Amino acid sequence: MSKYETVIGLEVHVELATNTKIFCSCPTEFGKDPNTHVCPVCLGFPGSLPVLNKSAVEFAIRAALALNCEIPSFAKFDRKNYFYPDLPKAYQISQFDLPMAVNGYLDIEVEGQTKRIGITRVHLEEDAGKLIHADFGDYSLTDYNRTGVPLIEIVSEPDMRSADEAKAYLEKLKSIIQYTGVSDVKMEEGSLRCDANVSIMPAGSTEFGTRSEIKNMNSFRAVHRGIEYEVERQAGVLESGGKVVQETRRWDENKGITYSMRSKEEAHDYRYFPDPDLVPVIVDRDWVHEIKAGLPEMPDARRQRYVTEMGLPEYDAAVITASKAMADFFEAVAADYHDVKAVSNWLMGDISGFLNAEGKEIQDTKLTPAHLVELLKLQNNGTISGKIAKTVFEEMFTTGKLPGEIVKEKGLVQISDEGAIAAIVDQVIAGNPQSVEDYRNGKEKAIGFLVGQVMKLSKGKANPGLANKLLKEKLQ
Amino acid sequence: MLEKLTVSEALDKLHKKEVSSRELTEAALARISAVDQEVKAFMTVIGDQALAEAATLDARRLNGETVGPLAGIPMALKDNMCTKGIRTTCSSKILHNFIPPYDATVTTLLKNAGAVLLGKTNLDEFAMGSSTENSAYFTTRNPWDTRCVPGGSSGGSAAAVIADEAFFALGSDTGGSIRQPAAFCGVVGMKPTYGRVSRYGLIAFASSLDQIGPFTKDVRDCALVLNSIAAHDPGDSTSANVETPDYTSFLNGNVKGMKIGVPREYFAEGIESEVKDAVRKALDVLVSLGAEAEEISLPHTDYGIPVYYLIAPAEASSNLARYDGVQYGFRAEADNLLDMYKKTRSQGFGTEVKRRIMLGTYALSSGYYDAYYLKALKVRTLIKQDFDQAFEKYDVILTPTAPTVAFQAGTVENLLTMYLNDICTIPANLAGLPAVSIPCGFAGKLPVGLQLIGKPFDEGTILRAAYAYEQNSGIERKKPGLGKGGAA
Repeated sequence: MSKYETVIGLEVHVELATNTKIFCSCPTEFGKDPNTHVCPVCLGFPGSLPVLNKSAVEFAIRAALALNCEIPSFAKFDRKNYFYPDLPKAYQISQFDLPMAVNGYLDIEVEGQTKRIGITRVHLEEDAGKLIHADFGDYSLTDYNRTGVPLIEIVSEPDMRSADEAKAYLEKLKSIIQYTGVSDVKMEEGSLRCDANVSIMPAGSTEFGTRSEIKNMNSFRAVHRGIEYEVERQAGVLESGGKVVQETRRWDENKGITYSMRSKEEAHDYRYFPDPDLVPVIVDRDWVHEIKAGLPEMPDARRQRYVTEMGLPEYDAAVITASKAMADFFEAVAADYHDVKAVSNWLMGDISGFLNAEGKEIQDTKLTPAHLVELLKLQNNGTISGKIAKTVFEEMFTTGKLPGEIVKEKGLVQISDEGAIAAIVDQVIAGNPQSVEDYRNGKEKAIGFLVGQVMKLSKGKANPGLANKLLKEKLQ
Repeated sequence: MLEKLTVSEALDKLHKKEVSSRELTEAALARISAVDQEVKAFMTVIGDQALAEAATLDARRLNGETVGPLAGIPMALKDNMCTKGIRTTCSSKILHNFIPPYDATVTTLLKNAGAVLLGKTNLDEFAMGSSTENSAYFTTRNPWDTRCVPGGSSGGSAAAVIADEAFFALGSDTGGSIRQPAAFCGVVGMKPTYGRVSRYGLIAFASSLDQIGPFTKDVRDCALVLNSIAAHDPGDSTSANVETPDYTSFLNGNVKGMKIGVPREYFAEGIESEVKDAVRKALDVLVSLGAEAEEISLPHTDYGIPVYYLIAPAEASSNLARYDGVQYGFRAEADNLLDMYKKTRSQGFGTEVKRRIMLGTYALSSGYYDAYYLKALKVRTLIKQDFDQAFEKYDVILTPTAPTVAFQAGTVENLLTMYLNDICTIPANLAGLPAVSIPCGFAGKLPVGLQLIGKPFDEGTILRAAYAYEQNSGIERKKPGLGKGGAA
C-alpha cells in the first residue's frame, strides 16, 4: 500500500474532422504545403471577421452526447489573449464560462473493475498554427494551415487515481470519439492531444495536493510514463520535506523526465472576455435530439452485444470493439462466417500484428472483410492448412489479392490424398531413424517433429491431421 | 464648380448626360489638388485609378448598360476600411505599408453601386480620438477655420466632404467618430444601427461599438448612400438580417405628430450655450412643423463616458494585439521574440493607442475584470434601458451632437476634456442605436451639429425628421472659404 494517493485529471484536445475550418471556409486537410490553406480570416488580417461553422458545433455536440454530457441551450465564445507567433490574432477564440457541453462521464475498466470518470466540460475552440524551428538560421517559420481547425477540449474531473486509469480513460475516450466519427483521433498527427493535471495526497486524505500540469506527452505511452514520473517526483519532493509547487511542466520523451516550464506566478493572464465579433450560440433542442438519434452504437453497448448475442468471450469483445473500424470489420466477416471466435482470433492475432508493425488502422489497408471470409472458408473446408493460411494472409494483406487466387497461383492447395501423403511419410520414416526410435520408445513428442518433416517436404501443403494419422499407423 | 454638387444633383446630371463621371472625378481631383494641402484630408489619393474607373462607368452608361445607383459619383473612404491593393494605414505607423489583399464589404458594395473611389482619408490612429491629432501622419484641418480641428476620428472624411474634395465619404463611429466631425465640419453624418452596415473589412477598434456610416452634404445624399451600404452580410456575424427600406422614401417633410424626446442631461453644464441655443432653435423649427417635443430624462447618461472608456479599450486591447510584427506591417529589429514584440508595439503605436491598450488590458485583467469590465457591461445595459423606455413613448431623441464647436488644434491638453467631446454621442453607440448629426447653424463661423437618435433599425424616422428640419431650417447653405489663404 502506497503512502500517497495519486489524483489525475486530463485535458484532451481533439481536432474535429470538419471539411472546413471553424471560422472560415479554408479546408482542414492535414499535410498540405505550408500556408496554402489560409485566408484573411484565419490569418487574422485587419478587418477580417469570424463566422461560426455550424458543422463544428454539430461535431462538438455529437462527441459530447457520446460522452453523456448535457448540452446547455446557450453557449458563447470568448477570447483567450496571449502573444505567440503561431496565433495570428494574438488571441484564441475559445469558450470560457459557457461551453458547448457539461457534466458527462465515461466508464473505464481497470483490473476487472468498472470505474466512472466524470467529464466536467467539452468546449469548442480554434487550433493554432505550427512553428518550424530548424537549423536554417536564427529565425523560425510559421505554417498557418492548422490555424482555425476546430478543436474540442474535453476536461475530465480529477477522478483518476493511477497512470493506468489515465491510460484507460484516454483509450476509452479515443474509442468513443472514433465511433462518433467526428475525428480520426490520431495522436501522432496531433488530432488528439493530452495534458495531465497530477497531484498526490496522503493515502486516505480527502484534500487534494498541489497539482502540476504536464504538457507535451505525444503518445498514450508517454502519458503513462509522464504521469508515473511526475507522481514519483512529487513524492520525492514531499519525502525530502519540500512542497510541491503549482506549475506547468514539460515531458521530455528522450530523457524520460518532466521539467518546469513556468510557475504559477509566470502563468499567463489570458484576460478572457466574450468575443464581440461572434453572437451567442442558441442550441435548438430538436437539433440536439436529431444529433443524438444519429449517434452509432457506442463501444460499451457493442461489446455487450458481442458477448451476449454472439457468444464472443468478454476479452475478445473488449479488444475488438475498442476500434470502430475493427468492430465493423468483425461484424462484416461474422455475417458471412459462422465461427465468430475464429474471426476474432484472426483479428486479435495476425491482423493486429500486421497493423501494429505497419502502424496502420484496418481501414487503411487493402484487406476487406471478403478477404477474411474467403480465407476462413478455405481453411474450414480443408483446402488449405492453418499454416498455409498464414502464408496466404501475408500475401493478401500486402497485395490485396483474394485468397483463392493466391492459393491457385502458388499451388497451395492442401494435399489430402492419403496415397500422396503416405509416400512422403515413408520418406520421412526412412530419413529420421533416431526420431522413429524415440517415438517407439514412448517419446510421444517425437511425432510432432516427424509431422513437421512431412509438412516441410510437402512445402506445407500436406494435411497435418492426415500426416499425423498415417505416421502413427505406420509406426505402430 | 462641379465639385460643389450634391450626390443627388450630380446623379441627375449624369442621368441627363449633362455631365460625365470623368468630369466629376476630374473636378474632385482638381479640388483636392487645390485645397488638400490646406485641409490635409487625404492619406492616399488614387487619381489615375479613379479616372480610369470613371471612364469605364461613362462608357457603360453610354452603351446603355445598367449601372449602379451611385454610378460615377466620386467618393472617399476612411483609411480604416480595407481596399484591395490600396494601402490601408489606419493612420498608424504600425500599418504604414499594409496593402490589404481584400476589400471591406462596404468597399465592395460601393463598387457595385458604381461609386468611384478617389482615395483614403485621415483619422485619429485606429479611430481613437476626437480631432485627428492622433494620426501618426498629420492633423486634418477644419475647412471653416484651418486653425481648428475637423473633429475625429473620421476628421478626414468630414473635412473632405465639406471642402468639396469628395461628393460623399464613409466614416466609422465607435463613440461619435462620424457625428462629432460631421458637427464640427457642418455636414450630415450618420451612424446607423449596430448591425445595419457590415463591419467586415473595417479595421476593428471596439467591435461591439464600431459602425460604418456616410458623410454627405445633405440629408437626401445620406439616404442615397445608406441605401447602397446597408445590407445583411453573412461574413459579419453581428450583421443584422433585417429588411433594408428605400431610405429616400422617408424624405417627405412630414413630422406632424412626431414625438420628440429632449433629454435634459444633454443640455447640462459643459454644453456651450451657443450650441444649446442653436439646437433649441432647431427643435422649435420641428415643433413649428407639427412635431411634439417634451423634456425627458435619460438618468444614466453620466455613466456613458466611464463605461465607454472601459469597454472600448478592453476590446481594443485584444483587437490590436495582432499588430505584433509577425505577419505584416511595421516590425522593429530585435534579438529575440519578446523584444521584437515590445519594440514593434512600443515604436509602432502612438501615445493614445498605447494608453487605451493599457487601460483595456488592465480592465480585463484577472482580479479587475468584475470590478471594471463586467460592471461596465452592466451599466451599458442600464443605459440601453434608458433608451428603451424613452422609445416606448417617443419617436426620436434630440440632442446636441457635441458640447462645443470645433476647437483649435493643439489646445486641448487635458485628456478628460478631450474625452468629454463624445459625451453626447457615446450613449447611442453603447445602446447600438442609429443617430444622425445634421448642421443646425453656426456659432461664430463654426458650424453646430444637431443629433437625432432613433429606435433600433429605424434610420428612416430620424432621416424623416432630419430632412424636414433641413428643408425648413432657414439656415443659409454656405461653404467654407478655402483656397483664399486659409484661416482668416
